[in-house]
Amino acid sequence: MKQIKHYVGATILVAVMTAGIGFWLQLVLQNMPARASRQGIAVDWLFGLHFWMIAFLFALIAGFMLYSIIVFRRRKGEDGDGDFVEGNTPLEILWTLLPLIVVIYFSFLGGTTLAQVEAADPAAMRINVIASQWDWRFEYPNVGENQDKVVRSDVLYLPLNSQVLLRLRSRDVIHSFWVPEFRIKQDLLPGGEVRELRITADKSGDYMVRCAELCGREHAVMLANVKVVSTDEFNSWLAQEILNDPRQSDNAAVRGEAWAADFGCLACHSTDGSDGVGPTWQGLFMSERVMVDGSTVIADEAYLIESDREPMQLLVAGYDPVMPAEVAAGMSDEQINDIVEFIKTLQ
Amino acid sequence: MRLTKIGLIDGLINYFAGLVIGVLFISAFYWIFGWDGPVVEARWVVGGIFATMFFLKGTGVIDDWLKWSRGISTPDHPHEEPGWKRYFNVSLDHKVIGVQYGVTSVLIFIIAGTFALMFRTELVNPADFILGASQTDALDFFNTLVGLHGILMIAAILLGVGALVNYLVPLMIGAKDMAFPRLNAFAFWINLPGALLVLTTLFIGGFDSGWTGYPPLSSLPSKIGFQTFFLGVYFIGLSSITGGINVIVTVMRMRAKGMSYFKMPIFVWAALATALIQFTATQLIGLSFQLVMLQRLFGMNFFNAAEGGNPVLFQHLFWFYSHPAVYIFVLPGLGVIGELLPVFARKPLFGYKFVAMSSFGIALIGFLVWAHHMFTSGMVTYLRVPFMYSTMLVAVPTGVKFFSWVATIWRGKLVFPTPMLWVLGAITIFLLGGISGPPNATVTTDLYLHDTYWVVGHFHATMFGGYVFPLFAALYYWFPKVTGRMYNETWGKIHFWIMFPAFYLQSVGQMLTGLNGMRRRIGTYDAGLGIETTHLLVTIAGYAIAISVLIFLINVVVSLRSGQKAASNPWGSRSPEWQIASPAPQHNYDKDFEVLGNPYDYGLPGSVYTSLSAAPAGD
Repeated sequence: MKQIKHYVGATILVAVMTAGIGFWLQLVLQNMPARASRQGIAVDWLFGLHFWMIAFLFALIAGFMLYSIIVFRRRKGEDGDGDFVEGNTPLEILWTLLPLIVVIYFSFLGGTTLAQVEAADPAAMRINVIASQWDWRFEYPNVGENQDKVVRSDVLYLPLNSQVLLRLRSRDVIHSFWVPEFRIKQDLLPGGEVRELRITADKSGDYMVRCAELCGREHAVMLANVKVVSTDEFNSWLAQEILNDPRQSDNAAVRGEAWAADFGCLACHSTDGSDGVGPTWQGLFMSERVMVDGSTVIADEAYLIESDREPMQLLVAGYDPVMPAEVAAGMSDEQINDIVEFIKTLQ
Repeated sequence: MRLTKIGLIDGLINYFAGLVIGVLFISAFYWIFGWDGPVVEARWVVGGIFATMFFLKGTGVIDDWLKWSRGISTPDHPHEEPGWKRYFNVSLDHKVIGVQYGVTSVLIFIIAGTFALMFRTELVNPADFILGASQTDALDFFNTLVGLHGILMIAAILLGVGALVNYLVPLMIGAKDMAFPRLNAFAFWINLPGALLVLTTLFIGGFDSGWTGYPPLSSLPSKIGFQTFFLGVYFIGLSSITGGINVIVTVMRMRAKGMSYFKMPIFVWAALATALIQFTATQLIGLSFQLVMLQRLFGMNFFNAAEGGNPVLFQHLFWFYSHPAVYIFVLPGLGVIGELLPVFARKPLFGYKFVAMSSFGIALIGFLVWAHHMFTSGMVTYLRVPFMYSTMLVAVPTGVKFFSWVATIWRGKLVFPTPMLWVLGAITIFLLGGISGPPNATVTTDLYLHDTYWVVGHFHATMFGGYVFPLFAALYYWFPKVTGRMYNETWGKIHFWIMFPAFYLQSVGQMLTGLNGMRRRIGTYDAGLGIETTHLLVTIAGYAIAISVLIFLINVVVSLRSGQKAASNPWGSRSPEWQIASPAPQHNYDKDFEVLGNPYDYGLPGSVYTSLSAAPAGD
């Protein structure tokens, strides 16, 4: 019977620790980036529950340990051993079965919340998200009055409170689409595989897509801006983009600048003279290039076209051979000519 | 070539000779046949294979096998001159091999830890780039360092596990040696060329994928550093496989008379479960890296989606090893906890059979959970649900261990020498690692946490709680048995009291930045997240851990020279290895002992474990 006081003491310690750690953890959760999507509701709810469980389990084990360390230590002058207790089969079965029930319940909650996150609105607007090293592109297909226009953007505009269906793919390696405020993420696969993610942004403001799957050198700074705006603002933005589409311009250089952005060229090649993963385009045209084998070449039109079509054949000294050949595979000759015209303007 | 008669040095000389010969060999092939292909990569791969073969021949570790193949017999247990030279030569004594494993492990641990300090320093300030001349170069080198830190720590842990298992298992079961002493030596020596090859990547451009090496990033032609990384991991994996089968056979066939499975020391159970995973799972990481290697060399499009390959398939193959691998890392450590707690609580291990079986439960369930690393990967979406259930199930046998440990110290007579501090620290840190796991396991919350620093914090807590802290407990605890001298108790405790709080700060700090949106494996981060202070604290904690390890090393060196002579059984343990002299003699036990009782009957008057104990141990 004298054992009772030990169990009471340890239980009080566990309770106090659970409360202390638990409240601290709930404060920690409030410091997460403020939630801005409906899908995040289920995520945050499950986080809250998990964190109470974490507090309790930590307190349970650490509390009993702490109590034992303080109370059941060998005192000065004492020797001999502790109580001879080899086990307690009912207790051992209990602490196998009880956790089993708890984990199955948590898995069940994981399943139901996942269903909430994936709940589909059939009217959701489709947006194509195209990742490449190290660039994000967003395409709004089937827009405009006759649903026959495509808007391309390097900023992800989202209408407030309506679900969008992001159709994700990659041009080269695996990337991952993540906006912390939206909570959920999804990898983008190469080779024409499309993966989907549904987002219902419910708080207007500016956010950022952050690539969450290591994708090479510039992975840390593979970011894109996200703007969540009211439906009206969103529609007028779309209309504006359709009206002012540089790809429809009469000026080849203006079209070229847009293609260069669409195909992700500008992620590595700056237009302002600053050094990047690849050579800058400023002052490139008709300049003298030193190649890896020591020879020099004048960067005329033919050179520019060939270094786009066959990037591994013309390697400039001082840069790693990382330009993917797949980029040019999707470009028409007209588009490459437009880009060359654009480079010509950068003197 | 045997120039110096010291295996290690001869091995290294032959390694570089083999490298040159291999490079010339493959270059000649390309030249004669006019092959078109990535000749530089081929040189490193073939050079690396030649170098490894020459290394093994140079050390002499395969000499007996070669002689046998020519019909020449050699003595089973050749006499080995005592002295320091044994440790630099091929030795067949499991205790020497254990020490060789341990020292190599600590060396690699220091290299990998130094890499961590370098990139942690980079992360102090998101706007400063100290790892390279430009931002882009710094970020590139950062990626290589992160990958090398990961893979070298894994190598260090596998070697550390090898040290514990090799030294302890034969002693604990009353065997003179491992079942296959030559295979045992081979399993150690092949790690050295493996580790050298992995480090070579630093000098040929590195690799920028992290230790996971996902294609298509790892199959892009621009980074040839992937090849030596893949090859090195392959050889280190070979060590795991050969080491694993040796442990399995040793435990199954060479136990002392009367030692039924449920009378084995609990560490042996952990070692057996570990060996089973090593022996059956390691092939998959070798295979997955080998396929990428072939994809790079010969354009075989295993993982090239544009040509019908599948990049997600790589992740399945990779994690089929690499998830069970974490149980290879922690199960021996959990065994150490179970082994040491009864000694210092002076009380039997609570629920021995449940604890023993829980190791097997963890090992078994560990094979069924791999895809939880892939919840966001784009694999078939419905598969995430069964993998969530199986992953959560791991909590059950792990919970059994925690409850049993707590019940073991409950109403004991606890004493707190240095090893006990490390054991208790290990339990709370493994607890931190364990309870930060379920939010990763439930898919919904993992969609947020995946690839964030939360995972980094969780993983480091499981590794420190399941491996690093138990390893230090074991190193202090068995130091007298290995060296015959006592370590310095005060400095051992100082080591603990620096590393323990520093690790909590580091791990919890990592988790908090992850919750705030910090991604994994990034060399710079966004100022807007408000995580600069936490990052600074994590870095400081990292340096504190490094300092505490330095204290440990000084303690070891000083104690080796001038530590107090150790008694045969300073801890009052009942385990057989403590009933013989310190340091343990070359052939372990003069005569075979017999098991008469249970291993952990502390507090039961008149009980004995083995025939070695004349009187009940501990009195």
